[in-house]
Amino acid sequence: MDAALELKQIHKIFEAGTVNENHVLKGIDFTVQKGDFITVIGGNGAGKSTFLNSIAGSFPVDEGTILLDGQDITHTPAYERAAHISRVFQDAKMGTATRLTIEENLAVAWNRGKKRRFAWGIKEAQRKVFKEELEKLDLGLEDRLKMEVGLLSGGQRQALTLLMATLVDPKLLLLDEHTAALDPKTSQMVLDLTDRIVQEKQLTTLMITHNMEHAIQYGNRLIMMNNGQIVVDVSGDEKQQLTVPDLLALFKQNSGNAVMEDALLLS
Amino acid sequence: MDLLMSSVSQGLLWSIMAIGVYLTYRILDVADLTAEGSFPLGAAICTSLIVNGVAPWLATMAAVIGGMAAGFISGYLHTKWNVPALLSGIITMTGLYSINLRIMGQANLTLLGEETLIRTVQSWGLTSTNAVLVVGLLAAAGVILLLHLFFHTEIGLAIRSTGDNNEMSEANGIRIHAMKIIGFMIGNGLISMSGALLAQNNGYADISMGIGTIVIGLASIIIGEVFFRHVTLAKRLATIVVGSVIYRLLLLLVLEMNVNPQDLKLFSAILLALALGLPAIQSRLPKNKKQRTRKKAKAKGGALSWMQR
Repeated sequence: MDAALELKQIHKIFEAGTVNENHVLKGIDFTVQKGDFITVIGGNGAGKSTFLNSIAGSFPVDEGTILLDGQDITHTPAYERAAHISRVFQDAKMGTATRLTIEENLAVAWNRGKKRRFAWGIKEAQRKVFKEELEKLDLGLEDRLKMEVGLLSGGQRQALTLLMATLVDPKLLLLDEHTAALDPKTSQMVLDLTDRIVQEKQLTTLMITHNMEHAIQYGNRLIMMNNGQIVVDVSGDEKQQLTVPDLLALFKQNSGNAVMEDALLLS
Repeated sequence: MDLLMSSVSQGLLWSIMAIGVYLTYRILDVADLTAEGSFPLGAAICTSLIVNGVAPWLATMAAVIGGMAAGFISGYLHTKWNVPALLSGIITMTGLYSINLRIMGQANLTLLGEETLIRTVQSWGLTSTNAVLVVGLLAAAGVILLLHLFFHTEIGLAIRSTGDNNEMSEANGIRIHAMKIIGFMIGNGLISMSGALLAQNNGYADISMGIGTIVIGLASIIIGEVFFRHVTLAKRLATIVVGSVIYRLLLLLVLEMNVNPQDLKLFSAILLALALGLPAIQSRLPKNKKQRTRKKAKAKGGALSWMQR
């Protein structure tokens, strides 16, 4: 198996040299194989989002190298990495442009990583693909191509964002608690959709979740972060046999902290 | 009647400026004050070129390019140097004051006896008012058509998407800084073009003609939005033209009421403040229950069209 992503000794320090200095990522070494679907858990402030953001290139890392498909992307700006890395955020508002129509949003995603030209923005052939893809979501959006996205519900938007993120196969899909802000039913719908798309397209995926059951249920590998480091990394059968109590015990053992956050326990 | 027609035709020329302001204010969602400098810049470039024997249409094109350069500077300061948009506009417009003086060589440059676009059209056998009307209509229609086409291209979509949602656009590989700069450039190119056309209409360029540009532009946009909601981009641009004409007619009305022309700017400022503040003022006024519940339902839906914002 080839490595899709390799992180070597990644450090990220926010506001270095000030009283607010915050050493968020502390020497992360991490290799993702092609086709891995990895769930990421950890308490608040463990560095999960910073971890994903540094892969996406939202900010430069202070130390270390990031290899995507063997290519060094450590200093590549975010908009160039976007050609190969797509993301879905927690806030449904962040993944779509509300004043653009559904088809316009999809057209923007269609050109992810390509040079944008003076060519007509939406071609008939594309529109046909958009319709087919939207039909798969089973939300009735295929008949509302010209509707402004701002008029959609949070769940519909998140499903659309997911579709946009995978419209052009990314080398890496980053999901940052993308169902956390949805109600349980919608959350389940978007998760099932995620799982289906990831399986169908064999996408290499990193998914942060607050929900331990989801972390166990989905994916083939699970990592737990604490205090800027990856403290647990299980995959294969070992992961399949995990239970929530196992995870809690692992968390306690690795963080030395018996007091779990409510968010982790309750979800 | 003549005054009325003259106001309408002037409104058409001003509408190009309002459309330019719209590009930054609504599509990019930044308040760009460069307009106050790029408007007289267009007038200055155009008049001094015409005085020096350049063909009026060429001089007008040069004004557009000059405006785009001004927009580039503001856009660059804003995106690459992280200067807040308001400040980058103020910086550029302040610098432009000196540049405009240099271009004109004096504070006021007349086009007396020179060829202008208006006179060219007039020579086809039209009255001067009708000539302005024709120039204004052609310019406004051409600009709207071009912008409509442009904003449906891949780049145009990317610009609109950037103005709407920075994070999402960047995550989709859009070069948001470049898109913003292009938006600033097109916007100020249009504002400058409007300045050039109005200088040819008025027969002179004046260093102080840019004062209040942004207020006039915003007022035209808001008037258009108040009268017509929920429309597509091309129609929105057309409503700005209508808004710009209505604004001119309001000014005419005020002048007819024997208001001192010196007080016009105050009138414009108050008009814009009221238009912008209308939603806030409305929500504070006591109103009947029916209205309030309706508003609540709307707020709950949370899905006001962007045109209403």
